Amino acid sequence: MVITGLGVCAPNGTTVAEFTDAIKKGTSGIRHQPDLEALNFSCQIAGKPVLSDERISEYFTPLELRNLNSTGIVYGVIAGLDAWKDAGFAIENNDEPDWDSGTIFGTGTSGIDKFRWAINKIDDLEIKKLGSSVVIQTMASGVSAFISGKLGLGNQVSTNSSACATGAESILLAYERIKTGQAQRMLAGSTSDSGPYIWGGFDAMKVCTFKHNHEPEKGSRPMSTTASGFVPGSGAGSLVLESLDSAIARKAKIYGEVLGGHVNSGGQRGLGTMTAPNPIAVQRCIQAALQNAGIKAHEIDVINGHLTATSKDAFEIENWKTALQLPTENFPYINSLKGMIGHCIAASGSIECVASVLELHEGFIFPNINCEDLNPEISALIDVKSIPQTLIEQPINILAKASFGFGDINACVIFKKYIP
Amino acid sequence: MNKEQIIQALKTIVEPYSEETSAIAHIDENTDFINDLKINSANLVDIILDIEEKFNIEIDNDSMAKMLTVKATTEIITQKLEANAGQ
Repeated sequence: MVITGLGVCAPNGTTVAEFTDAIKKGTSGIRHQPDLEALNFSCQIAGKPVLSDERISEYFTPLELRNLNSTGIVYGVIAGLDAWKDAGFAIENNDEPDWDSGTIFGTGTSGIDKFRWAINKIDDLEIKKLGSSVVIQTMASGVSAFISGKLGLGNQVSTNSSACATGAESILLAYERIKTGQAQRMLAGSTSDSGPYIWGGFDAMKVCTFKHNHEPEKGSRPMSTTASGFVPGSGAGSLVLESLDSAIARKAKIYGEVLGGHVNSGGQRGLGTMTAPNPIAVQRCIQAALQNAGIKAHEIDVINGHLTATSKDAFEIENWKTALQLPTENFPYINSLKGMIGHCIAASGSIECVASVLELHEGFIFPNINCEDLNPEISALIDVKSIPQTLIEQPINILAKASFGFGDINACVIFKKYIP
Repeated sequence: MNKEQIIQALKTIVEPYSEETSAIAHIDENTDFINDLKINSANLVDIILDIEEKFNIEIDNDSMAKMLTVKATTEIITQKLEANAGQ
């Protein structure tokens, strides 16, 4: 199974070229958000893709744009269509759907701004004014419905939702669909809305940092001693998965292989709760992913962690260490993209998978930013050289990506460099 | 506002919802929104909202159900405008 197309709409880059350049340089996409400040948020910084109206109008018809108020659908459609084009498919208005292609495009919630607008209209006794655009933008599957309509997908079209594991899970669901012979190609990905109404609940839970409002780019600090909560983000990432036979037959560019992976849950038992992971489940998920992919722990060159920039980052590293059973000096490189883009919630897994596949394809390891004051609990577990703070350019062969989410759920995907 | 003026205003309103440019150009009383202009039936409610705004009238559910052709729509708009004028 191979990856033949990538698309991304991230706070630090809204094209694959821009994003690649940004992650190599360690460019932050975190900015001060005046709306969050005006609404008395504790955390007034966030990651939001920067898109011009002109760019958006390349992907939507004037009629669609008229009442479009769902940032998640905008990000998802841009990332999804870009990945499809990148894979070499033309976007044509055929009469016949493409029966062999589908999409699993996840999200946590859809069109939250549209939903708020609709609720206010209803409460103001103006239900009629809702028009026809509310349902399609606020149904969770709005993003996959918009994408499939634009591409004419005739295979499975669905939206998965598993909190912050959504993006990684979408890839594994797409992988299984192809692996079981039910589709030839699947567009995998996930998206997450921007703005106060999606981020507010996290702010109120006090899981976001409030200490860096004056220095947005320093705010997201995975693995740092001064990590004090995550910075909310938004955007979308997308990958075209395809059987190797199909990719070779059409002479497609191949970015890398998906070797396999695993999803599980800690059942909110033991140390697991609605919001905290059961460590046994995390370790089992990683080990089962390796087994499913048919690789050994020592073969992993790079880990792309979940590492959100809370005090729990050390706990995650400990889980990786226990799961992999590797000596400290032979621990793989580990990095977290969240230092640059924050925690893009449902989109985090897919954007981070795009970054991971780019690392394999081009042979680099992006730098961890904002952890110059490395958490001593982490340096007690693994060698500091495993946590690069500057760009490393070297070929890598196998990368493990994991995402963990509320509800005590886990997903781990194993990628490999493609060698013809 | 006479019938021709109403039809012209309707043409401007329905234009964004239809890709049938030639049918739009030749819009007349007999034009059917769904069959001739191939307008997505879900969008008919949006057209009603645009009509309400443009003519400053309110359209009830019974009237809305009839508004599938230019002729029926023009008649309903005329009635509502007259009712407004009589108030």
